[in-house]
Amino acid sequence: MKYESQRVAMPYFVAAIVLFVAQILFGLIMGLQYVVGDFLFPEIPFNVARMVHTNTLIVWLLMGFMGAAYYLIPEECETELHSPKLALIMFWVFFVAAGLTVAGYLLVPYARLAEMTGNAIWPTMGREFLEQPTITKIGIVVVALAFLYNLGMTVLKGRKTVVSLVLMMGLIGLAVFFLFAFYNPTNLVKDKFWWWWTVHLWVEGVWELILGSILAFVLIKVTGVDREIIEKWLYIIIAMVLITGIIGTGHHYYWIGTPEYWQWWGSIFSALEPIPFFMMTVFAFNMVNKRRRNHPNKAATLWALGCAVMAFLGAGVWGFLHTLAPVNYYTHGTQITAAHGHLAFYGAYVMIVLAIISYAVPILRGREANGEKAQVIEMWSFWLMTVSMVFLTLFLTAAGILQVYLQRYSDTPLAFMATQDKIELFYWLRFLAGVIFLGGLVAYVYSFFVPGEKKASDMGPVEKRAADTDGSPAAASA
Amino acid sequence: MSQAFTKEMARNIFYGGTAFFFLLFVALTFDTHLELPKRDNRQVLDPSTELGQKIAQGKMLWEENNCLGCHTLLGEGAYYAPELGNVYVRFNNSKDAIKGFIKSRPADGVPGRRSMPQFNFSDEELDAIAEFLKYASGIDTADWPPNVQG
Repeated sequence: MKYESQRVAMPYFVAAIVLFVAQILFGLIMGLQYVVGDFLFPEIPFNVARMVHTNTLIVWLLMGFMGAAYYLIPEECETELHSPKLALIMFWVFFVAAGLTVAGYLLVPYARLAEMTGNAIWPTMGREFLEQPTITKIGIVVVALAFLYNLGMTVLKGRKTVVSLVLMMGLIGLAVFFLFAFYNPTNLVKDKFWWWWTVHLWVEGVWELILGSILAFVLIKVTGVDREIIEKWLYIIIAMVLITGIIGTGHHYYWIGTPEYWQWWGSIFSALEPIPFFMMTVFAFNMVNKRRRNHPNKAATLWALGCAVMAFLGAGVWGFLHTLAPVNYYTHGTQITAAHGHLAFYGAYVMIVLAIISYAVPILRGREANGEKAQVIEMWSFWLMTVSMVFLTLFLTAAGILQVYLQRYSDTPLAFMATQDKIELFYWLRFLAGVIFLGGLVAYVYSFFVPGEKKASDMGPVEKRAADTDGSPAAASA
Repeated sequence: MSQAFTKEMARNIFYGGTAFFFLLFVALTFDTHLELPKRDNRQVLDPSTELGQKIAQGKMLWEENNCLGCHTLLGEGAYYAPELGNVYVRFNNSKDAIKGFIKSRPADGVPGRRSMPQFNFSDEELDAIAEFLKYASGIDTADWPPNVQG
């Protein structure tokens, strides 16, 4: 750790992992409710479990992004964070607000929560992923502003790098596009249209800037490749992200009452959306192949490579699978969507947060990398979670294809629930994959408690020589 | 990548491409809002009418009970329970059938099966929800869903 203030990243990372565990437990509850319909009914109905599952996901990814930013910005800018104290205060504000919101979901009926938090004054609740009470949403804005101020001041006084610039653009975009969550007209078409300005422009827009910059940072650190090369890749990747992804929003505007020309705009541009993900994969493998050092943290390298591959598969390939309008006509709002959502979020965002945690946490704990045993367990967790998520996605895809055929494509379409009964087998298999994922997560958490560290004397000569490389040409040639 | 392609060129593609396509997106958004009156069934939403107020109340109830946490509406939401954008049509254009279904849900669920919770809505609230779903079914969704099953 080069700067003392990077330490504030730690509570963010810990909270991210705690919420990750909660997210998976509620995912398993839902997975079981798909096949045992009355499981925990009426105490935790499906919609409540789902809110907890998706909202904890969003919050822990945001926690991860914030932790990543607090770790990465001082190092990139070569200066201490503007105010570590503000960062810690905002951590507690965010964590307590998230905890209270989840408690609200679980302890009182949602309608009662809406009443208690004065939703009628400014109704924003009850829309997918934006279920938080309006007051929580305002809290998120306050936290985001303080966060951006803190980082912004740091960037302004320090060295400006492409990595920090791209990260800042992504984070500012995240805050700006969240503001559309406050617009909720009675007109359902307008409501849905602008809802996507938050949801799509987050996950297929500005979040990918955050993803790209964190990936670039980790690759600079673990490969020691010249920063110039990595920054060029970063620019061209994020260029392709936004060139395809902004108009790609159109793939959500096919069937919600918006003009039909969106079927053309959406199909063409979102068919190109896999390109930046493919480039990301080529980039990550190229950089690792051209590495100028063998960083002792093999687990972090594995997460970085895995992130690029799985993001391409989940967001790129599984997105393309159902993005063309004539295909989407049949698949819209089925288990195909769920399959894509799971692999895309896991590959792109879960894995990048786990990559930066894997890289930064050992350093924050005073060692360059974890010991051999801890890394082996972490790599086991990588494979368990990744492979089980691939299978979970395949089972949901199978369920989705059958659902589309039985309910929408055949000459004698079945009703929704009749279809669900017929595809139950695949829901059981999905649940099984979820259980194995939880096993991987347990191994992941356990890996933090395995004692032992890799000492400098265990490193080979190449590693030693490059141990302080920060990717700049001067440092690499020194 | 080759040396002829510099970082500055990549940066310019990023800024230029982003600015161009964002502006194009804004233009398409503007055009969409000009087209919407023909498609979005807004004539029933007039807040000065009783119907308009009822639909607004229905949408609020829809949101405050997190219906989207199980159902889809125009294909968006959760995939645990049936699509409701066309439920009015599926229930033979009957508001009473919608109200009857919501009312009839057992409070303790159905053993082993998925079941909608009992929300204990008043008759007035049920009517508002039914009017909201009727309004949704009147939106021009380019012939989606493929059939009445949703």
